[in-house]
Amino acid sequence: MAFTLNEEQQLLSDSAKDFFTKNMPISQLRELRDDNVESGYTESHWKQMVDLGWAGIIIPEAYGGLDFSYLGLGVVLEEAGRTLAASPLFSTCVLGGSALSLAGNEQQKEEFLPQIVSGELLLAMALEESANHCPENTRTLASKTASGYKISGEKCFVLDANIADKFVVVTRTSAEPGSDTGVTLFLVDAQSPGISIVKRQMVDSRNACNMTFSDVEVPASAVLGEVDKGLKILHEILNIGQICIASEMLGSMQEAFERTVEYIKTRIQFDVPLGSFQVLQHRSAQMYVEIEICKSVVMSALSCLDEGKTSAEIARHASLAKAKVAETFNLVSNEAIQMYGGIGMTDEEEIGFFLKRARVTEHTLGDIRYHENRFSNLLGF
Amino acid sequence: MNKNDAFKQEVREWLSKNCPPSLCEKGASRGAGLSTRYLKGDSRLWLERMGEKGWTAPMWPKEYGGGGLSFAENLIFRKEIKRINAPQALSGMGLSMIGPTLLELGTEEQKQRHIPKIVTGEVNWCQGYSEPNAGSDLANVQTKAEDKGDHYLINGSKIWTSGAMNADWMFCLVRTDNSVQKQKGISFVLFPMTDPGVTRKPIKLISGNSLFCQVFFDNVIAEKRDLVGKVNDGWTVGKRLLQFERSSIGSSRIGIGSAVKSGLVDLAKKYRANEAGEIEDPLLRAQIVRHEMNSLAFMDTTQRIAEEAKAGKGLGFATSVMKYYASEMTKKKSELMVSILGPNGLGREGDEFSKEELAISERWLSDKAFTIAGGSSEVQLNIIAKRILQLPEAQGNK
Ligand SMILES: Cc1cc2nc3c(=O)[nH]c(=O)nc-3n(C[C@H](O)[C@H](O)[C@H](O)COP(=O)(O)OP(=O)(O)OC[C@H]3O[C@@H](n4cnc5c(N)ncnc54)[C@H](O)[C@@H]3O)c2cc1C
Repeated sequence: MAFTLNEEQQLLSDSAKDFFTKNMPISQLRELRDDNVESGYTESHWKQMVDLGWAGIIIPEAYGGLDFSYLGLGVVLEEAGRTLAASPLFSTCVLGGSALSLAGNEQQKEEFLPQIVSGELLLAMALEESANHCPENTRTLASKTASGYKISGEKCFVLDANIADKFVVVTRTSAEPGSDTGVTLFLVDAQSPGISIVKRQMVDSRNACNMTFSDVEVPASAVLGEVDKGLKILHEILNIGQICIASEMLGSMQEAFERTVEYIKTRIQFDVPLGSFQVLQHRSAQMYVEIEICKSVVMSALSCLDEGKTSAEIARHASLAKAKVAETFNLVSNEAIQMYGGIGMTDEEEIGFFLKRARVTEHTLGDIRYHENRFSNLLGF
Repeated sequence: MNKNDAFKQEVREWLSKNCPPSLCEKGASRGAGLSTRYLKGDSRLWLERMGEKGWTAPMWPKEYGGGGLSFAENLIFRKEIKRINAPQALSGMGLSMIGPTLLELGTEEQKQRHIPKIVTGEVNWCQGYSEPNAGSDLANVQTKAEDKGDHYLINGSKIWTSGAMNADWMFCLVRTDNSVQKQKGISFVLFPMTDPGVTRKPIKLISGNSLFCQVFFDNVIAEKRDLVGKVNDGWTVGKRLLQFERSSIGSSRIGIGSAVKSGLVDLAKKYRANEAGEIEDPLLRAQIVRHEMNSLAFMDTTQRIAEEAKAGKGLGFATSVMKYYASEMTKKKSELMVSILGPNGLGREGDEFSKEELAISERWLSDKAFTIAGGSSEVQLNIIAKRILQLPEAQGNK
């Protein structure tokens, strides 16, 4: 397993850091929020990211991608996390791209993967149906018609649904909710009649939407993968998503932590810097240790993907990474507000953005409890 | 056959000829020997053979009796040992602390005289650091060493000296100058525990065991050639040794491994299962899962730190991170074991408790030491805050 970056990955990490700090600092996200920008991202920045090749980092060369490694994608996401940069990278490339790569047939891959790489196609994954992340429970129904399928149901917390050209929709084509068969993935055009989308204003100012599908007609060619057998591949896609979101969170938490340590070095009370109080030193040192632990689990999860480990092993690493990182990001973001004191409570100070992002990401693709549970199931107890 | 395969073959053959099969059986005692003197039968034979081959210290240089193995060879060697379930032949402070320190900072003569006897297990070492008034504030040591020309004359006392009863030699921090800042008047010396001026008084622990002593010095002699580093520069040597100590505490407890292997799940199934044999209590399951996650995360971290160190970009003071995390985790694990067993895990002695139950309560008590000894958890956090995070000197620490 690779626990250090190779030279290429290090270079990528440096240029990503440079790009995000120069072009997409937190003030950008604030502007998007304050100006009520409906799309929730800045197209010119996305275009620059596409030009840098980042939309195709994990897409095979045969389809125009860089096929550069998950560790490579991980460092870009980590740097994006540091500045809380809002872009379609996660929904389109990580979730959508993996869905197409893993589940798509040759024709679908040839048609759509190059469009992801070139930035023409934006995707979103319509998965969740309640606060409880549980793909097995999918109820959104896809029933057979003469020419294809008809989809009806409600989805929530669909990231980037408001900007996507196509959706990967998780549906039930047979069996009861809760069973481990009967789930089918579809690639559905955003313009299809019967789809309505409502953007929810989330605390992290990123895109998440409620969706309704009412008798949305799709052709049989819209099926991604096999009918009724989508669950296994869906979990493989979600594993990738969980590991990648953990990489982003790792960047955010490090930034929040470093800002906090810097703050307590400079803020003077009782004639001394706050950072000279041992109670704050120890809490900072404990956070440091936890962050070091998180770096290791994220790297080992990313390299599991690169090394093509078995899906059970990848799932175990994904749950370990997502749970540990979410727990630590929560800790760090809470402590950050506490150590900043009153100023940390103001909207003007940026540290609060990390707190809000921490919670939204905790609940993206399974919260801590979900991953602890899955982890114990995978270990057989 | 490539070089590594050839080496594997060689190790395999040697082990099959030299490792007594009785030691590799399931359920055989896993304790490593501290010195040939205290071993009998097959364990002794095993240590003698391994020591002669230098494989008790596989990566130490051959010229001082070590195995001279490369990083890759050592990995192969360890795998082979594990494959046949052979126990560690030797442990102790010679191997984990003073040996590596002398190899790095000792004189040629010190290496020649002391290292080979560590490798063979002839000499067993103890650590004379702590004193009644120098615990976390270790630089406050007051045991005095007077310069008497060709030797130092030592008077004072050390406390919490692990294994002092069975030790042959001590490495010791002594005061050689009282007129300067406390860190600048300390020297690092070695002397034999057979000196008539040494008295050892065992101390009984909360676990009922007596693993350490208070040691008194009355005109004990340390030869000048056994001064490690320069006079009054013992603090530098002493701190380096502490890093070796911490990394050995950090790594020896990784054996914690997965909860499944280490028995948390089995224990929970044995003491807390429902009719169907499942762990029913979701809170207990959650506690076990968290321990399991943390131990895997910790193993990933040891691997990452080792790789970073190899690539030359490791952070110094990683030992503090590892020591802190591993010792806290160990303590939590034994708490969890006791809580799973309930009153059955709180026995002191007697046949009403199984051996396993008594071992768990004993371990629960003795594991408390991990976050105290070798620099307490609080001291590790101080080090991280100061050295890594570069926070200003804490109020009381000046
Ligand atoms: C099982 C065991 C084996 C040992 N073996 C050896 C040995 O072989 N050789 C040897 O030399 N020593 C040995 N020790 C001693 C050990 O190194 C000391 O116990 C340790 O350094 C702590 O010192 P102390 O016991 O005097 O506690 P103190 O220093 O009095 O500390 C008491 C408490 O106060 C906290 N504290 C102290 N200073 C600070 C600070 N600046 N900031 C915040 N909190 C602080 C500590 O963390 C601890 O919780 C052993 C100890 C144990 C338990």
